[in-house]
Amino acid sequence: MRIAICVKEVPDPTAEKRIDAGTNRLVRSGENTLNPYDRHAIEAAVQIKEGPAPDTEITVVTVGPESASRSVDRALAQGGDQSVHIADDAAAGSDLLGTARILAAALKRGGYDLILLGQQAADSESYVMAGMVAELLELPCVTQAASIELGDGAVTVKRQVETGYDTVKATTPCVVSVSDAINDPRYPPLPAIMGAKRKPHEVLSLADLGVDAGAVGAAGAGTSVSGLSKPEGRGDTIVIEDDGSAAEQLVAFLIEKKVVA
Amino acid sequence: MAGIAVLCEVQGGEIAKGSLGVLEEAARLGAALGEPVEAIVCGSGLDDAAMGALGGFGASKVRVADDAALASGIAQPVVDACASAQESGQYRYWLAGASIMAADAMAGLAARLGAGIVIDAVELHAEGGALVTRRSGLGDSVLAHCGFTTPVGVVVTRSNAFAATEGTGGSAPVERFSPSFKAYSQAVQLVGHEDAEDSGPDIGAAEVLVAGGRGLGDAAGFGPIEECAAAFGGAVAATRAVVDAGWYPYSAQVGQTGKTVTPKLYIACGISGAIQHKVGMQGSGTIVAINKDKNAPIFDYADFGIVGDVTTVVPKLTELIKARG
Repeated sequence: MRIAICVKEVPDPTAEKRIDAGTNRLVRSGENTLNPYDRHAIEAAVQIKEGPAPDTEITVVTVGPESASRSVDRALAQGGDQSVHIADDAAAGSDLLGTARILAAALKRGGYDLILLGQQAADSESYVMAGMVAELLELPCVTQAASIELGDGAVTVKRQVETGYDTVKATTPCVVSVSDAINDPRYPPLPAIMGAKRKPHEVLSLADLGVDAGAVGAAGAGTSVSGLSKPEGRGDTIVIEDDGSAAEQLVAFLIEKKVVA
Repeated sequence: MAGIAVLCEVQGGEIAKGSLGVLEEAARLGAALGEPVEAIVCGSGLDDAAMGALGGFGASKVRVADDAALASGIAQPVVDACASAQESGQYRYWLAGASIMAADAMAGLAARLGAGIVIDAVELHAEGGALVTRRSGLGDSVLAHCGFTTPVGVVVTRSNAFAATEGTGGSAPVERFSPSFKAYSQAVQLVGHEDAEDSGPDIGAAEVLVAGGRGLGDAAGFGPIEECAAAFGGAVAATRAVVDAGWYPYSAQVGQTGKTVTPKLYIACGISGAIQHKVGMQGSGTIVAINKDKNAPIFDYADFGIVGDVTTVVPKLTELIKARG
């Protein structure tokens, strides 16, 4: 079967994040990394390939600047066979709608049986991409998969909802976003990391996909940010590194706050 | 385009509390913008009188799609119903609270309408005759003032962002409509459901909660957490990730799915602190975080953070609390 995984490069959570006051956009000049939630989607695809469907071909799909190729390689190292990378200056500044349009155009071209996403992006905490892409592709969609079982022309997915656990069956092709509880992604061994660069990489422009540049990027954004403000915080956070006395310091703090008598 | 549509969710035959809060907030926004607010309800076997009661929470009209295809709580048929409602209603804005179903439905609706979508909105303001949301970002360190450039704007609000009142007791006229369903929207079928077990201690009533996440390593990692909770006379809570992994029962789950808790003291052990967790516990009195990753988002909203190993810090804390009797 043919599986596509939509991945995103996000700022490294260990790097300082800030928003440019002029453009109101997240500054992505620091160290970037593969969205950690996407690693669960890759692992899910690899487990399908190692298990029920050995002839599976896994394609990693991303939208982002050329520099995002490092995260593409990281995804390939974890088990992808090839990549499709839409890198186009006109895609910069895409909001959720624009990104969904670009991804949908790239996915339509590939004719995939199963399109996987992570449950959310770690930078924007956005969890709606699966539903948007599925709608644009007119495909069935299941989010928050805690397990995926392959069937004949269908997948069966267990997912947590507000009232408990649902088991749903979706015909393929379909779009599934996976929960971070679905698996423990493996770290790729060094030879896989070294070999990722040599896997087939396709770099496409919006024109290659027939996407109207006016419908995506900053020009096609359906949302606009008119300002930024500071939310009310909880106040100061005391953070200490445990030197063996952390529990004592915590108890002293709780006594001072009159939380414990 | 005129008016505000609020997707109101039915859970267990009743309108979800979260939806009522969003509806009331929409009514405040509608009054400021001069836009009427209509409630859209999707389900099966819905009672007109019960739906009309949404008038007591700010809806000027309640539009009900009642169809067997909407019984399962699967999002895509709801997208079809909302799109049908949009065709006749021509709403300027769509609002919904962040349940899993509503977020998926609003994602599909925005894509179908070519509408801008804002998620995780924590405030709704009328500015210059338009809706401008406050969307929380960068681990809640900044609020982006986010509006729309498209004729229709779709908003998913953060769960628990708007608390519902008891309502006015009023009612609104109910109008039924029949959505047209797409074939692909009906290609997901519900084949099984397990209700969340509600046994075990009531974490909602506990004054102290000691909560465990993936950082505990495995199910056995909850042993020291239980001992610590017992020392405090409190209860044990858990994140969605560890509940999904089968380490701890669903009844202890705190977060967007799961319970919203407000104990005097919340001790988060091995919890990174994703937003889905935060919305369930941010009302806690004092928040303590113990995590070996100093960059974990939980430290951004804790009062006291310990960068350290839960397996050494928690047992020490238990002993110290026990010693105080």
